Amino acid sequence: MLESHDRIRFEQLVLPHLDAGVNLARWLLRNRADAEDVAQDSMVRAYRFFQGFCGGDARAWFLQIVRNGCYSWLDKNRPMELMAEFDEELHVRPSASPEALAAQADEKQQLMLALEALPPRSREVLVLRELEECSYKEIAEITGIPMGTVMSTLSRARSRLQQIMSGSTAKEASRGL
Amino acid sequence: MGCDLQHTVHGYFDGELDAVRAADFERHLEVCDECRHSLEQIESLRSRLKRSAIYEHASPGLHAEIRKKIGFQEKPAKSSWRWLLVPSFGIASVVAVFWFALTLVQPHTDNARITAELVDAHVRSLQPGHLTDVLSTDQHTVKPWFDGKLDFIPPVADFADQGFPLEGGRLDVVDGHNVAALIYGRRKHTINVFAWPDKGSDTLFDSSGSRQGYNWIRWKSGDMRLCVVSDVSIADLRELKDLIHP
Repeated sequence: MLESHDRIRFEQLVLPHLDAGVNLARWLLRNRADAEDVAQDSMVRAYRFFQGFCGGDARAWFLQIVRNGCYSWLDKNRPMELMAEFDEELHVRPSASPEALAAQADEKQQLMLALEALPPRSREVLVLRELEECSYKEIAEITGIPMGTVMSTLSRARSRLQQIMSGSTAKEASRGL
Repeated sequence: MGCDLQHTVHGYFDGELDAVRAADFERHLEVCDECRHSLEQIESLRSRLKRSAIYEHASPGLHAEIRKKIGFQEKPAKSSWRWLLVPSFGIASVVAVFWFALTLVQPHTDNARITAELVDAHVRSLQPGHLTDVLSTDQHTVKPWFDGKLDFIPPVADFADQGFPLEGGRLDVVDGHNVAALIYGRRKHTINVFAWPDKGSDTLFDSSGSRQGYNWIRWKSGDMRLCVVSDVSIADLRELKDLIHP
């Protein structure tokens, strides 16, 4: 149990980042209910280990815990998903086939499916950069990717997402939509 | 598809290149169609992501459940946050008194004590409803707001183009004096810039450091003393400081 001033610090430094945790977990696990479970566990874990937090970026610290939680969860419940990543080029989720994407008239739905079709490691850097607005340094801290390769990882992730999206628009165009 | 700088365009777009590399890359952009095209693509991708608003927030129930689990008092649901203002003033003042008491029992030099007060003021400002008295991103609204409330003119400028959008202003009291607090955003983080006049010739004032997990930089410029406080990195704070006083 934390001392009362540590509790106040925790409440001010870490608790406000619960949304960030839920959002990251939602995109890593591609499921809302599982994401809330993992985010909750992570917050309780963060509270337990708060004394080990020696200042710095509290959001990055918490998101690191959430990310680890997500990968453990995937490892336990959907190990295939992480294995498929070694074969990135072959890894195309059926839900993101051009047909499925084109069937989604809604831009938001299209984008969500395309993002979910990315391999987890590409997806997480995109979510951290575009949705969470993290700096490269924070992305490196959260994901453990070396600082020097954040830019190229992000570059590849964006290209892939664009490819998936343009695949669906090309299909739309050929159907005369 | 063969430009060597195809990754660099991302660093440029994300504002992660240092000034020299950014300037070099801008010269490159003038001659490289491929990179210009990439830049347009990333821009359109970002606006598409923004437009779609796919960020997922925690449900109000989750907040309550976690607070219960770690033994915090329950707060009413987020949807009625306006009602929270009244109790949160109470909570904030308890917190303020608590921190104030903490700073009293610790022997501090004047500067360290002032810095502690500024960090506390920053923390206090993060309580719901405490951040801004004047909520505006327009420097021409924020600046006049301070007129008549202070006997000095704080340096108010918007740095949205440089990644530090002005979000508003507030009056605060530090070391028994009125200070101006300007609020800037930085990638969803909040930065407080405190400014107050002081004619003393204190050479030890310029300094930076970290306290309770927050970084701060304080400096003097003419008769003004300033201090930036936030949980963003010292490098980001230094960037903002250089924008305020190049």
